[in-house]
Amino acid sequence: MSAFPDRTRSMHRAATSLVLVAAAYEGIARSGYFPAALLPTLPAVGRALVEGVLDGSLPGHAVSTLYRVLLGMALAVVFGLPLGILMGRFRPIEGFFLPLASALMPIPSLAWVPVFILWFGLGNATAIGIVFYAALFPMLLNAWSGVRSVNPLWLRAGSAMGADERSLFWKVIVPGASPFIITGLRQAFLRAWIAVVGAEMLAASDWGLGWVIFDAKEFLKTDVMLAALAVIGLIGFVFERLVFGTLERATVLRWGMVREANG
Amino acid sequence: MAARSSDRFPMQNVDPASGYRPLHVFPRAQESWWRTAARTAFPFVVVGALWEAVARLQMFPSRLFPPLEVVAAALFRLTASGVLPHHALETVLRLLAGFALAAIVGVVIGIVMGRSRLAEDLALPIVSMGAPIPGIAYAPLFLLWFGLGNVSVVLLVGFVSAFPIIFNTWTGVKAVKEVWVRSALAMGADDRRLFHKVILPGALPYILTGLRLGLAQAWRVLVGVEMLAAVPWGLGWMIFGAREFLNTDVMLAGVVVIGAIGLALEKLVFKRLEDFTVVRWGMMT
Repeated sequence: MSAFPDRTRSMHRAATSLVLVAAAYEGIARSGYFPAALLPTLPAVGRALVEGVLDGSLPGHAVSTLYRVLLGMALAVVFGLPLGILMGRFRPIEGFFLPLASALMPIPSLAWVPVFILWFGLGNATAIGIVFYAALFPMLLNAWSGVRSVNPLWLRAGSAMGADERSLFWKVIVPGASPFIITGLRQAFLRAWIAVVGAEMLAASDWGLGWVIFDAKEFLKTDVMLAALAVIGLIGFVFERLVFGTLERATVLRWGMVREANG
Repeated sequence: MAARSSDRFPMQNVDPASGYRPLHVFPRAQESWWRTAARTAFPFVVVGALWEAVARLQMFPSRLFPPLEVVAAALFRLTASGVLPHHALETVLRLLAGFALAAIVGVVIGIVMGRSRLAEDLALPIVSMGAPIPGIAYAPLFLLWFGLGNVSVVLLVGFVSAFPIIFNTWTGVKAVKEVWVRSALAMGADDRRLFHKVILPGALPYILTGLRLGLAQAWRVLVGVEMLAAVPWGLGWMIFGAREFLNTDVMLAGVVVIGAIGLALEKLVFKRLEDFTVVRWGMMT
């Protein structure tokens, strides 16, 4: 499979398709069929983006959104990871928490927003609580299945070579479960990212990217909405590819737990 | 060919071979039905008792933290008066309409992308740019473009759940073994037969995974969007509206119904579908 000429052709086509879509959008926006307030031209969106970045408002919103996501995620990891590992190791703990997790998991995190608003008030506490709820279950269930999927042969080999419970844990179980744990982190972030945007629309006071979009709707500032959407997409993309990709390379790929797929 | 697909996209970790698969495996010694039921019920009894204790001790105002029997009474009252079923019905109809749209469009786009290199190169950058943006973020935009109400909600639900369906269908079509395609061609299959007898069944486990993920996403976004879109009926709206009147019991009853519908979609609909198709054909165990 000679990937090289193939790949350049794919890149050309990808670029062509993006240009075509942009041109089509621009054409529709300029045609005047739709009000310019609803369908701003691309330069207008670009201008809104640049202005927002330069006057520091968009970075400020992004920072407060990130703060909520990261704090909620951190809480979810602190609770979910140890609990998931314990569930994977000990039957009684599994028997107790698994039914609870299976009952709570199908409830979308956004359904809790109104309840959390009543309990914690508008603002940060509610948003962080929603992120925690959204991120907890992917974390918990992946840690649990990761520990359960550790090859029993490795455990027995470890014990036979005289490993105590502690070194068994650090040298066998954690590395063995790590591909699942990283998958869990990824899924938790995806969920958390959705949850935070929704929670900010419904519950935020006056900072956050979700709130920007919601607020811009009131003033028909579609260009600001599209600019904020671009920032949300960019941050999501950066986390997915750079943060989790790097994490994966530094751990499971290096330890040889999963292979990199390259043709 | 299959190798290049798996490393490139955010949706990569959703292929059926990873993730949640071991969830259904629950190997235990044979035991009587009621012991299993009792063991499953035990944690709920403990948590329920804790909730009840906190509610009774009045640590929080009981308006905000009602005891369980008040929630149960609200659930019963609303069900008996037909309000709750009406909300639930509207929500489920919206879900089905949006999801049907996504399933049809998503599977078609996914298959075309999987079969034609040109379509793949053209569509992939657009699809992968749209995918990392959370669906709910588009909600205000859709409300501006299509107005408050059902049209926006259904379109948004369809739009959001189309992404996992496209990605998984595309991966599935690419994962069909080259040998199967070639042996079918060698035995004289035409395009149509090839598609029906080889590609579609071969890609089906992935397509079903995509549909399942798409439905889960649709469900999550629908509840949120109903709160924003000011539709007159719908569970999301019911919960959000109850907040104004501090009816925490109604809100919790709504959350319970939402959870029950979510569970039913996952367990009843998709488990059945899988048993009837891929499991029966021996594609998956």
